[in-house]
Amino acid sequence: MTELSLESASAVPEARSVIGSDLSAQRVRSAWIFLAPTLFVLAVVAGWPLLRTIYFSFTNASLTNLSGAEFVGLKNYLSWITLKSGRVVYSGLLADPAWWGAVWNTLKFTLISVSVETALGLIVALVLNAQFPGRGLVRAAILIPWAIPTIVSAKMWAWMLNDQFGILNDIFMGLGLVSQKIAWTASPDTAMIAVLVVDVWKTTPFMALLILAGLQMVPGDIYEAARIDGVHPVRVFCRLTLPLIRPALMVAIIFRMLDSLRIFDLIYVLTPNNAQTRTMSVLARENLFEFDKFAYGAAASTMLFLIIATITVLYMWLGRVNLEGER
Amino acid sequence: MAEIQLRDIRKSFGAYEVIKGVSMDIRAGEFMVFVGPSGCGKSTLLRLVAGLEEITSGTLSFDGQVVNQLAPPKRGIAMVFQSYALYPHMTVFENMSFGMQLAGRDKAQCKQRVEAAAEMLQLTPYLQRLPRQLSGGQRQRVAIGRAIVRDPKVFLFDEPLSNLDAALRVATRLEIAKLHRSMHKTTMIYVTHDQVEAMTLADRICVLRDGLVEQVGTPLELYESPNSLFVAGFIGSPKMNFLSGEFSRPYDAHTIGIRAEHIEITPHGGHWAGTVVHSEILGSDSYVYLDVGSVEPLIVRENGVSGHQPGQRLQITPMEGRVHRFDATGRAIVASTMRGAA
Repeated sequence: MTELSLESASAVPEARSVIGSDLSAQRVRSAWIFLAPTLFVLAVVAGWPLLRTIYFSFTNASLTNLSGAEFVGLKNYLSWITLKSGRVVYSGLLADPAWWGAVWNTLKFTLISVSVETALGLIVALVLNAQFPGRGLVRAAILIPWAIPTIVSAKMWAWMLNDQFGILNDIFMGLGLVSQKIAWTASPDTAMIAVLVVDVWKTTPFMALLILAGLQMVPGDIYEAARIDGVHPVRVFCRLTLPLIRPALMVAIIFRMLDSLRIFDLIYVLTPNNAQTRTMSVLARENLFEFDKFAYGAAASTMLFLIIATITVLYMWLGRVNLEGER
Repeated sequence: MAEIQLRDIRKSFGAYEVIKGVSMDIRAGEFMVFVGPSGCGKSTLLRLVAGLEEITSGTLSFDGQVVNQLAPPKRGIAMVFQSYALYPHMTVFENMSFGMQLAGRDKAQCKQRVEAAAEMLQLTPYLQRLPRQLSGGQRQRVAIGRAIVRDPKVFLFDEPLSNLDAALRVATRLEIAKLHRSMHKTTMIYVTHDQVEAMTLADRICVLRDGLVEQVGTPLELYESPNSLFVAGFIGSPKMNFLSGEFSRPYDAHTIGIRAEHIEITPHGGHWAGTVVHSEILGSDSYVYLDVGSVEPLIVRENGVSGHQPGQRLQITPMEGRVHRFDATGRAIVASTMRGAA
């Protein structure tokens, strides 16, 4: 982008840029006027809280004494003391196994849920893109899981997954798939699976919709050209459809990844206080509001922000490089 | 070489019948143009021949073999689409070779054929470009090239020039005519709504109207003896003049038609008289619009630059044997029954 604008700017002849300067100054001015409200709102609701959180992460603030916070440097992130015996004891977020457990949980959750949702979303989108009677109805119906508030669907699933009265245990017992009732949301072995299942159920429609938008941008005539060329449907998908919907797919994956990396509500309702499903957001909230370690929680929040930002930038950069590598 | 036979071909989309029983023979190596107004079913008919749509009833055969159920790649056809239908993420070379590679041909042969086609269409410098880096005319040539490398028995064109500007359209029209000459063994079917394209390219033209064949014939046959008012009005530019009522009564017809170039301006004693309402001067010739009392002004062609001013009264006479007569249903009245004409 920057390169392009620089190039075109230098390509403009001197004389024209002088004549156009009045006009372009006016256009720049009106651009700023139109942007100002958005920038202001963003600064108030996103910029300020973010800066405050980062600031608190360098203090010893507690929930009861926010104004009396004192600057402590990087102590919340990492500090160490050397004992008389010569042993070094580390403390702080980066030395906290609970934090790294949460990071691992979050990454695992993100990787699995986004992969499964992408695969399923792609299938659903391909089906919805085909012509069949009642397509409009199905398109609307498939959005229902996405339209239900997360808290409601989490509660709904919590009941279905309930170890004593849940319908899933009932069905599985009836089919003879399990020999005894399973506490899906509480058992360390199944808690993550339960969360993943609900998340996939809920957000696949969103993924499908974004991919469907991409599919509909693909001109239909190239499929006819491929039919005349006698290209096998699988190859049509791999060589034509997939490359052409890649931009839409990239956007959909970024959206879902950002969502997954800060997953909170579903886990908070479905599997509270479970080390197997404690994600970065859950851990940050616990520290902020429950453990009265506000500054520590702020440090966790800041790290969460940094991790998400890094992954997003990396993903977009890799995607762009790839795009250009392919011409 | 492929001879194509259509026998009572019908196509319905749901309850709506688009092609209502078309029968015709397309000779091997012939350049056949389907022409007609939009919605007449000409594109649908082409897509039926291509195999992109399923035939509802009737038989379609290539060289005597029924191909109704044959998938497009097995029919030995190639098609050029109105929108070019190039694969946007592939280079010109890949676009042209994509279908061939899949057909299991070896790479060297594939490359050779693409290069030969590119040479023929002057696309060699652009082989490594993407479609979006090409102009409209170049894209259309790539689409044609992609069809050529398939070495088809039947070449199908679906309004290939309608996305090009006027100058490019004429140039590409010439290219296609040259292509037909160099591929004289290939049967070509070309769909257009532009009668000039039809007249200039076709060996034979098929005029379609509302899903039915109106007339099939060489361009001159259609021009000289249209068998209906519809064909008479559709073929030829400017449109044929139609006169009815008191004008057609002496000819014993419901309507008579006379082309602009078949009316002479006579100094006196003309068959009809009218007032000049407008003149279009094109340099080589001029079209004079005359109000003779008919519904629409009569168009008269004059050689060179017309000196007639609006308001001037002119005497005109139709050339002998150039008056087309039609009955109340719009069918042509055959010349042999003509009597008592001017």
